[in-house]
Amino acid sequence: MIRVEGLYKSFENKTVLSDINVVFESGKVNLIIGKSGSGKTVLLKSLIGLHSIERGHILYGNRDIACMSARQLKAIREEIGVVFQGGALFDSLSVLENVKFPLNLFSSLSEKEKEERARFCLRRVNLLEDADNLYPAEISGGMKKRVAIARAIVLQPKFLFCDEPNSGLDPLTSIVIDKLIEEITHEYDMTTIVNTHDMNSVFEIGEKIVFIHEGRKDWEGSKDEIAHTDNRHLNDFIFSSELYKKIRTKL
Amino acid sequence: MKFLYKFGSYLLFLKKAFSRPEKGSVYARELIVEFEKLGLNSIALVVIISFFIGAVLTLQTAYNMASPLLPRYLIGYLTRETLLLEFSSTIVSLILAGKIGSNIASEIGSMKITEQIEALETMGVNSVSYLVTPKILASLVINPILYIFSVFIGIIGGLLSGVLSGVVNFEDFIYGLHFAFNPYYVTYSIIKSLFFAFIFTSIPAFYGYNVQGGALEVGKAGTKAVVDSSIAILIANLILTQIML
Repeated sequence: MIRVEGLYKSFENKTVLSDINVVFESGKVNLIIGKSGSGKTVLLKSLIGLHSIERGHILYGNRDIACMSARQLKAIREEIGVVFQGGALFDSLSVLENVKFPLNLFSSLSEKEKEERARFCLRRVNLLEDADNLYPAEISGGMKKRVAIARAIVLQPKFLFCDEPNSGLDPLTSIVIDKLIEEITHEYDMTTIVNTHDMNSVFEIGEKIVFIHEGRKDWEGSKDEIAHTDNRHLNDFIFSSELYKKIRTKL
Repeated sequence: MKFLYKFGSYLLFLKKAFSRPEKGSVYARELIVEFEKLGLNSIALVVIISFFIGAVLTLQTAYNMASPLLPRYLIGYLTRETLLLEFSSTIVSLILAGKIGSNIASEIGSMKITEQIEALETMGVNSVSYLVTPKILASLVINPILYIFSVFIGIIGGLLSGVLSGVVNFEDFIYGLHFAFNPYYVTYSIIKSLFFAFIFTSIPAFYGYNVQGGALEVGKAGTKAVVDSSIAILIANLILTQIML
């Protein structure tokens, strides 16, 4: 579980996040949704510790990363897996080496065990053996996301963060990636936080949804509750397209 | 003021680069990769440039020594001194600043804009130390070797062009190479090459690491990196020459 209390963040006197209070629940897929520029990426990066915060607390269990030294933060990061928007795979390493990379840094496994673990994770995200020796430039966007997920889970993290995992993917691949994130979350009992503005993800895997509007938490609930909300900003955001308006009418 | 801010940021960047690494074995692997990328891949360029510059130096020296009072062995002597003191250390480093510097700035800059550096940070890796230190260490080892290599190849180029064109005979050229040889010049130039290696790896790495934006900014960072590291090499050359000679 990750608890955020009274979080404030600004850049050069421009407030980006204001008084965010939210609990991201363990064993669930927690979604952060909002318009572009609403502050959701800043929130995600603050949660990971990539942005320092001005006020407030970010509690991993009972450990507050806002008050941690660099060494303590490093220890927390060993419990974190992150899937970046573009995958952020290392160009100079093959698919297998990319997944092995965190193991080389943090595990005391033998070379053979590391390779077995990396291969296991690659098979878990449904990547065939043929892909192991390819380089990131040689694989598709969907495959990159899978490799990024495999790399994120290779150390069996307690917390998984995904920044817009469906961006740039076709609808079918997006659904596959969503399902994969959901399965892995339940399988490893992780606290998963997904930053998205993909409505399919909201209705498919949104066990807990936090809506950010202009740097503030405007609404929170589940995928079942979102269709019936009377929050104006959220309705404007979700049901902006004719298709979703029709879906809502049917619901 | 802007310069001081940038210089201060550069010093902080270096401090981060030389902080204790997370896991030595991972860094050792990177160091080997950098030996190949920065060293082996530069040998062909150094050979070609040194050979032809050595050849041209000999011919130009010969054509400018029309007086019969000047002994012909001076052609070998002047070729050696030019290569030893200035060309193989400073000019080769300036050329490498262009080749290696733009490569480092664009490599690290691309990693920055594709979130690879953030990925390293979220894994608890000191990204500056991991990406930059192996490059600096590899070039500190490689650049003096390239310097010695360049001197030898330049002399071979000079000898071949001098003898084959008939401007100097073999014995005179070899005598000139040995004439008034001061071994301290080699030490001086190797020390210079160490300073230059540090400059042409650390400055481009700094520019690459601080890229913000997209591909256009990566290109701009590469250009700035080459210009600034070239200027820094020239200034360092002047200061070191004043101090050491």
